[in-house]
Amino acid sequence: MISFAECSARERLALLLDARSFHEWIPPSERLTSPHLVQLGVPSAFDDGVAIGRAKLDGHEVFVAAQEGAFMGGGVGEVHGAKLVGMLQRALRDRPAAVLLLAESGGVRLHEANAGLIAVSEVMRAVLDVRAAGIPVVVLIGGANGCFGGMGIVARCADFIVMSDVGRLAMSGPEVIEASHGVEEYDSRDRALVWRTSGGKHRWLTGDCDALVEDDVQAFRAAAMAAIQRSCPVTLEGLEAEHALLETRLHLLPLETDGADAATWLWRELGIDQPERVPELDVGAVRTLRTA
Amino acid sequence: MSDIPAGIETLDFSFSGGRRVAAFAPVLVGVVGSGNLEVMLEAAAGDGCAVRVETSARGFGPIWQAVADDFFARHPIGGVRVSINDMGATPAVVSLRLDQAVAELPEGASA
Repeated sequence: MISFAECSARERLALLLDARSFHEWIPPSERLTSPHLVQLGVPSAFDDGVAIGRAKLDGHEVFVAAQEGAFMGGGVGEVHGAKLVGMLQRALRDRPAAVLLLAESGGVRLHEANAGLIAVSEVMRAVLDVRAAGIPVVVLIGGANGCFGGMGIVARCADFIVMSDVGRLAMSGPEVIEASHGVEEYDSRDRALVWRTSGGKHRWLTGDCDALVEDDVQAFRAAAMAAIQRSCPVTLEGLEAEHALLETRLHLLPLETDGADAATWLWRELGIDQPERVPELDVGAVRTLRTA
Repeated sequence: MSDIPAGIETLDFSFSGGRRVAAFAPVLVGVVGSGNLEVMLEAAAGDGCAVRVETSARGFGPIWQAVADDFFARHPIGGVRVSINDMGATPAVVSLRLDQAVAELPEGASA
């Protein structure tokens, strides 16, 4: 077993896809680096923190992108975002069997400010265009930096999300919530709290991800192989159903839980038996707990 | 206050007299993270070994020179362009990454 979380983006590509099938576009040797970082005196990466290309997955042609969390927390800068958009737009033209996003990102790269924000919005639009063309977009989340901010939204725009229990998915990251709401509301250094509210098990139990796997590259590969078989068209009915589901979830919790853990409370309201056990259970056991 | 200006420092080193490496696809190892670096090797014309370093840690030119000299002494290769993006890696980490990059060269290509 090889930990997905401990692999670099390029190691994930090498291990998850069919052996030696990855063909990279705009490889590091083209030196398409960030025009912004150098002005700020920050080192660039030759691939601006993301590798894109085509590959085979179980014999099917897929387009794929992998974000490198160790470079600027996987932050999406102008070039990084443009590479993602270009890969997605090429999928519209060449129609691969699916698009895989190996997401690991804190969101927009703040050094690039508006350019990064625009880039992320363009990625969202491109993901929805690819889905509308009937090509499944599958997001895999299992890196140590999680999937936050704009990339969290991108993930939720996709057809299918695969997460490991160590993976995290949310809009605002822990430090951002603590900074805006206070440490009494959310202690970003409380790792158990962070994982209860954004980790893979929580996302699985609430239905925010579609597959929960072990932190193992081969488990991600197997889940991706299953996921690329199905496309979920974006429809008005589907969106309305999702909004209704989110509104129901919002009302499952009281405004004040009087010191009780809100995540555990939510799991109980979702019909999960003995929800306080969830953090201790292994992935296989949690997988059987989902109620809807 | 330090009198070393902020920003990226670019350093160039070159070596000659190495054994020319057969043509190879570019090799990339490492990641530009805190205390880490990426090293790219590319085939180049001629038989020289040119090393370019872009680093956020300014003022360490003599140490980079020593690390580069040491690298070339271990791997006297030619026809190679070495490009480094560094975010404050220690000399030992730099040397390990350089060795890793050479190890990724195709069979028979490395010196």
